[in-house]
Amino acid sequence: MADAGTPVLSLKDVTKTFPGVTALDAVSLDLYPGQVTALVGENGAGKSTIVKVLTGIYRPDGGEILLDGAPVRFASAQDATAAGITAIHQETVLFDELTVAENIFIGHAPRTRLGLIDWPAIRARAAEILDRIDAPLDPMTPLRELGIASKHLVAIARALSVDARVVVMDEPTAALSRKEIEELYELVERLRGEGRAILFISHKFDEIFRIADRYTVFRDGQFVGAGRIADVTEDQLVTMMVGRSVDQIFPDRDKAPGAAVLRVTGYSHPTEFDDISFTLRRGEILSFYGLVGAGRSEVMQALFGITKPSAGTVEIEGRARTIRSPSDAISAGVVYVPEDRGRQGAIIGLPIFQNVSLPSLGRTSRSGFLRLAEEFALARDYTKRLDLRAASLDQDVGTLSGGNQQKVVIAKWLATKPAVIILDEPTKGIDIGSKAAVHAFMADLAAEGLAVIMVSSEIPEVLGMSDRVIVMREGRQVAELEGAALTPEALVRHAAGIGAEKAA
Amino acid sequence: MSETGLRDSSLHRHLPDRLEGRGARLVKSWESLLLAVAIAIFVANSFASPYFLNAWSLSDATFNFTEKAMIAFAMAMLIIAGEIDLSVAGIVALASTAMGAAAQFEVGVPVLILVGLGTGLLCGAFNGILVTGMGLPSIVVTIGTMSLFRGISYIVLGDQAYRGYPAGFSWFGQGYVFWVISFELVLFAILALIYYVVLHRTSFGRTVYAIGNNPTGALFSGIRVARVKFVLFLLTGLMSGVAAICLTSRLGSTRPSIATAWELEVVTMVVLGGINILGGSGTIPGVVIAAFVMGLVTFGLGLLNVPGIVMSIFIGALLIGVIALPRLWTLWRQR
Amino acid sequence: MSGFLRSREALLTLVVLALLGLIAGRFPAFVAPGNLAGVFNDTAPLLILALGQTVVILTRCIDLSVAANLALTGMVCAMLNAAAPDVPLAAILALAVAMGAVMGAINGLLVWTLAIPPIVVTLGTMTIYRGLIFVISGGEWVNSHQMGASFTGFPRAVLLGLPVMSWIALAILAGFFLFVARTPLGRAFYAVGGNPHAAVYAGLNVGRTQFWAFVVSGALAGLTGYLWVARYAVAYVDIAAGFELEVVAACVIGGIAIAGGAGTILGTLLGALFLGILKNALPVIGVSPFWQMAISGAAIVVAIAFNSRSALGRGRIILKRAEGAA
Repeated sequence: MADAGTPVLSLKDVTKTFPGVTALDAVSLDLYPGQVTALVGENGAGKSTIVKVLTGIYRPDGGEILLDGAPVRFASAQDATAAGITAIHQETVLFDELTVAENIFIGHAPRTRLGLIDWPAIRARAAEILDRIDAPLDPMTPLRELGIASKHLVAIARALSVDARVVVMDEPTAALSRKEIEELYELVERLRGEGRAILFISHKFDEIFRIADRYTVFRDGQFVGAGRIADVTEDQLVTMMVGRSVDQIFPDRDKAPGAAVLRVTGYSHPTEFDDISFTLRRGEILSFYGLVGAGRSEVMQALFGITKPSAGTVEIEGRARTIRSPSDAISAGVVYVPEDRGRQGAIIGLPIFQNVSLPSLGRTSRSGFLRLAEEFALARDYTKRLDLRAASLDQDVGTLSGGNQQKVVIAKWLATKPAVIILDEPTKGIDIGSKAAVHAFMADLAAEGLAVIMVSSEIPEVLGMSDRVIVMREGRQVAELEGAALTPEALVRHAAGIGAEKAA
Repeated sequence: MSETGLRDSSLHRHLPDRLEGRGARLVKSWESLLLAVAIAIFVANSFASPYFLNAWSLSDATFNFTEKAMIAFAMAMLIIAGEIDLSVAGIVALASTAMGAAAQFEVGVPVLILVGLGTGLLCGAFNGILVTGMGLPSIVVTIGTMSLFRGISYIVLGDQAYRGYPAGFSWFGQGYVFWVISFELVLFAILALIYYVVLHRTSFGRTVYAIGNNPTGALFSGIRVARVKFVLFLLTGLMSGVAAICLTSRLGSTRPSIATAWELEVVTMVVLGGINILGGSGTIPGVVIAAFVMGLVTFGLGLLNVPGIVMSIFIGALLIGVIALPRLWTLWRQR
Repeated sequence: MSGFLRSREALLTLVVLALLGLIAGRFPAFVAPGNLAGVFNDTAPLLILALGQTVVILTRCIDLSVAANLALTGMVCAMLNAAAPDVPLAAILALAVAMGAVMGAINGLLVWTLAIPPIVVTLGTMTIYRGLIFVISGGEWVNSHQMGASFTGFPRAVLLGLPVMSWIALAILAGFFLFVARTPLGRAFYAVGGNPHAAVYAGLNVGRTQFWAFVVSGALAGLTGYLWVARYAVAYVDIAAGFELEVVAACVIGGIAIAGGAGTILGTLLGALFLGILKNALPVIGVSPFWQMAISGAAIVVAIAFNSRSALGRGRIILKRAEGAA
């Protein structure tokens, strides 16, 4: 510790609980000036909660925050900003209706002597900051006219608009291309050179070893360890992170795909994806890999009838189908387990059995009248198969853990007896035990002859589960990999467009 | 309580269907609390005025809520589905005006009924197309159509009134089926039963709850969300038409100011009945009891010679209080 | 400038001018400066309330209690003047603003601290405020002969060719341009309504911002209450009944997005002028005033439909080709 000097910001035994969940359990974290500290942990480890505590969005229930050794309390985000703590959040928390300049300065805008907002100063300083990070943006452009990457630059500019001593970066590279990531690294190095303390949250190990000086590991809301990156190996870090041996175990599968179930040809959308073609067979697991925002979910949602494609054909079990709505998709035998479980997947306020029976009400009811016994029977069957953990079938889905909610959503779809099941990031944000259960279950489904499409951004999962992988980048299908060609390097290369930069 | 052992790791364990019996749920429900309130008001009223406990005056009192409650049943389903229709009173006015206009041609009672119901349906369809077809927010759309529908009545009638309804027409609002049991009260009971069955016993009702809880999730579950909402707007229009028939028949005349501010009383009745204004929960029995509560309050205050506009203070306070009190209670407990 | 030409405000200016042109074609006297000044003066209460409503709608709320607030404050001012003619006008003005602000604050507190949907809160307070007028007045009217000359004369006094009422509306309008563009609270209305989630991250208190919007709206309603009662020299329970809908209509026609976060003061001005001109023109062109309610209803529906159409098609853009084209 002596080599790093004294921390500018420390969390000591910070606890944060929500009804039914302890998100942070007496965790500690030290950030040193001129050092990049990587915060490592799985989904659900408490990383985003710590960001919200540091930036004044949440107030901790216990423990203390020390700034230069003196305890501080943040009543709002403005207090944290005033204390010199700033953050680049994972989600873009910006305002579409306001200009770039105002987005950078809202909440701490320069004022004139009369207390009015000083627009000329905002414009000038915004231009200066944008210039500093080499962002080619006009400060007076309304934000809604910008693309995702440009919005991200605005978020970075916003974080730099205060003279920050601590910069928190929550998975800042998730939506960026390889070139943009390199530019971000340069920026991080510049900030480090200026003596600022940086908290860098990521679960990409190459990135952590490339950029960080120190690490802190959380698991399930608890502090696991901290130290210098130079003293640790990737394997050690992973072991600390998951709390067990490194190799994730994926189910063994007999890979013997059968007849073609789904054939998609020249599938296109005006703004989201272009010319997607593939064939899916019975008993096969086909994965779609790519960076966040590559258009994978958009393709799947079009197949499920949520959005309307502009061109292309879909054949299911040999018959050409036009899918205009999810109910068309369901009757054609295609179901979709969405990534956004809380909003699109489960009906949080309804009990488990009603969630499971929802798309199958036609079968469990008689001439429109509900038959509760049938609904319970259906729910009992499928939740049992998925090993659902709950108190009763009448329990609201909202009271279940993320993993169990996911099981309810999958049960709901299996109850419709589909031919094709599409799983969009099926293990995102669920604990490791449920993850393994979902993997085992996917293997079972494929073995029973279901055709499975998985959209995933996790390379081990893609490698461990797939028969075949389609890689997408910027709305286009850029590679199809299987067998020996299916390597982590190939996935990353195609997804990031390395070697194809000129063509793009 | 071994049933609640959530961390039990035994595989393929059996999940019970329900933990609580129906009786336990019923006792803890909003509806039971409301019923207790209704009984308390009833008792208080019978002490407050010697004229209260009389079969005929109680029968008269039911007219305070039967027509509004008919609209409230449909409104309850609409609000559970996450939408609202503030134009219901405007629909009543327009439907009544249409019937009045038809009556000038000396048509028969069945035609009048059809005109009333048809106008209601058309208005409901108009709202439904704007909200579900064009994706507009229902609050503003129906604030607009509320003026539009009533405005058309004003254009037609100005400061005039329609009278001269055929003789048989008065039965709907003034007739009695048996002793003190009015036609309106019987219709109210039948409609309550129908709405109870539709909302709580059919798959259509189930989809209404699903949509109100999570419209996106419902769409992703294969529910035709727009179609269901459209039907609910139609039903609300239709029930406004039914209410217009009863009210017009009871008053025997139509002015463009008929049923002014009813939308407020209907929404209050629905919210008082325990329907979540943000959608997703509530029951028809709750609305039925709320209708009785409001009717009893109005009737009781009327017996005490409290003017109508002052009663509206109670209604407004009831609307806010019913939502505010539970929230205040939670805030207070969190201290 | 080219930005303005493509904006909704430019289109609305054209619509307002076209409306004036249409009327002028048959009744040139309508567009005489003196008559237009009269039309503006008639529109002043609508404009003042619509400005208050604008900031409320910007924060994703709605205030349906403004007309009842206006009527209650107006009645209190009139009764005070009738009972105590010596109370100076300045005190009455201060009372009107303060009373209105308190009623707005009640709405705001219920929305902020108890998170009750604004439509429910203001539907409720609308009837309560309206009912209170009956309680305090006993249903009686306060007529012009009971009011003092300075009380009724103030809004009607002519200054540089315009009545004081018009000057007040213009001053509030100018104040709003400054308020919304140049103060932290004014900008917070946009931020909170545009993206409440992000507003929290920017350190803005969503509930408190909404509270202040209701206070502003209430204070303006209170001020208008005095102006209204003094100008028409009468106060009774039903004054300005249903006026809240006209106010919301002016905002919606002016392009204030009901989903919050978008819209301009200029838009509200144009929306109010559109309705004001229409209202004054109907009798001139020989249409019964009974048409007015249906016309404002239809105008609301058309305006929302139009606003939502222009907001469509802002999907996620992934394909590079599409981003360039959009």
